[in-house]
Amino acid sequence: MTTLPAPGPAASAIAGRRDVPPFGSFNATLLGIEIRRRFRNRRTLFFTVAFPVVMFLAFGLQYRDTSIDAGRTVAQGAPSVAAFIMISMAVYGAMMASTSAGGAVAIERQLGWSRQLRLTPLHPAANISVKILGGLSIGLVAVLATFATGVVIGVRLPIHVWIVAGTAAWLGSLVFTAMGLMVGYLVPSENVMQFMGPAMAFLAFFGGLFQPLDQMAKPLQDIGVWTPTYGLGEIARAPLSGEAFNWLAVGNVILWLAVFGVGAALAFRRDTKRV
Amino acid sequence: MTNPLTLAAPTTSRGVGPDRTGLLAVDATGLHKTFGAGSRRVRAVNGVDLQIRPGEVVAFLGPNGAGKTTTIDMLLGLSKPDAGSLTIFGRSPRAAIAHGLVSAVMQAGGLLKDLTVRETVAVTASLFAQSQPVDEVLERAGILDLAGRRVEKCSGGQQQRLRFAMALLSDPGLLILDEPTTGMDVEGRRDFWQAIRADTARGRTVIFATHYLEEADAYADRIVLVRRGEIVADGTAAEIKNLASGRTVTATAGNADAATLAAIPGVDSVESRAGKVRVRTKDSDAVARYLLTATDAVDLEITSHNLEDAFVALTGDQDETDETPEAPETTGK
Repeated sequence: MTTLPAPGPAASAIAGRRDVPPFGSFNATLLGIEIRRRFRNRRTLFFTVAFPVVMFLAFGLQYRDTSIDAGRTVAQGAPSVAAFIMISMAVYGAMMASTSAGGAVAIERQLGWSRQLRLTPLHPAANISVKILGGLSIGLVAVLATFATGVVIGVRLPIHVWIVAGTAAWLGSLVFTAMGLMVGYLVPSENVMQFMGPAMAFLAFFGGLFQPLDQMAKPLQDIGVWTPTYGLGEIARAPLSGEAFNWLAVGNVILWLAVFGVGAALAFRRDTKRV
Repeated sequence: MTNPLTLAAPTTSRGVGPDRTGLLAVDATGLHKTFGAGSRRVRAVNGVDLQIRPGEVVAFLGPNGAGKTTTIDMLLGLSKPDAGSLTIFGRSPRAAIAHGLVSAVMQAGGLLKDLTVRETVAVTASLFAQSQPVDEVLERAGILDLAGRRVEKCSGGQQQRLRFAMALLSDPGLLILDEPTTGMDVEGRRDFWQAIRADTARGRTVIFATHYLEEADAYADRIVLVRRGEIVADGTAAEIKNLASGRTVTATAGNADAATLAAIPGVDSVESRAGKVRVRTKDSDAVARYLLTATDAVDLEITSHNLEDAFVALTGDQDETDETPEAPETTGK
């Protein structure tokens, strides 16, 4: 005990006892800044909010009086083809929002931010929760922007359809948060957008978001039904058609969520071991 | 025993300073870390023992690839040692991080370009259970006037002071700086060290890795010289300099006897040529006294070795290849 000299007057105070923060350091400041960052990124805003709205206007406007129901007209209360396209575009916007929020970890890894975070008490689960919520925040704006455009051009639907379709498009996009996280933890940053861009276009096309799957050639349909975008689109548009609910679509989404979720967890563990 | 006075920094009523109970800031024994396998196996850290008391300012000095960063990564819990024990204020490195007892300034990266300086500090502050006020930390790091600036618009030196501000937030007992001034210009380096120096005056324990000798000489109480994953010398700057075989005495002396000079205690080598003698010795006074009293020596000069000589002598690798065994040079260990 006598061997240690007095280091300095403040040393004992500086090294005093500290607490470990609750909830793995999840907090409002962290979430607020994450959301602000999502909305500050112009490219993300373009692809998640502006692009679906423009696509909807370009392809949906002309069908606002075309019924999807052979027996009734839009004037008689049948949903229009425009409503169908609107929901597809909402799914697309939410999907882009979630993918980019998850994929942002690739850039944060490259910049060394994830390493910096490991020098703080932040728990990885809290960090991933923030990514998920950040994606959902901009995804909600994407869904609302598309739906608002629909209201403006005259899409009329029962209130429960708006809510169910919107919620399905919005929360269903969590599948793509998981996908973004998986790719973000696997692929070095400079390649992530090169990889994501074509992959998202592929998924949107083959999942029938730009064009209904049943209008495609049979081999394309056979591929398309396996995509998570198809499953999600089917669920979101289900309240529209009034047809029997497609349980295969639910199975599809759950399967992909499991695949991407486990993949993201494994990729995350591989990444932190190496840091 | 430690100083019972606690002058600065607010204490929590339940808090007891670890040093009061004799806890070391760093207590590492037999650290080993190996990368790769087979013929590509690299022993990055090979048996490091390091005890650092609270309040010490320690320079980790060594050439590139000596194992400085690997050691620091283990201190911070970013990697696990293959063998050996390691505690920071008596806790595991990860627990010390979770409690905000240790923080670090890394040499590059670790910043989000799209955030402002204040946002970066605020988000980091939000992650700790107890944190210093954001503006106070910005001021201490000398970047309060840059608070609204985007990180990508900051110079290298400004970014480094931002990293320093982030490291101060938890008011950690131990601050680790990994080559903190690499790539800074002279002014940036001076400002940065001014901020660090003001901070260490408050009694914080600091470990900094560097290959700038003058930084180690100027700012450290203690220098730990590492070479090939091992500590080859550990002491004050003056002690390290002495390890590089003391001083050199030169004089013009026609009748100085080389054998007599060599017999003086502490003398390492004697060169005598054309009436000039050059003596390397650990005890320059004895040699000077002999030359001035027993010979006709004139123009006597005593030059002390600087840290660079010590650095080269202690860490120099005669061989370039990895296959050869440790060079059989004399080290100050």
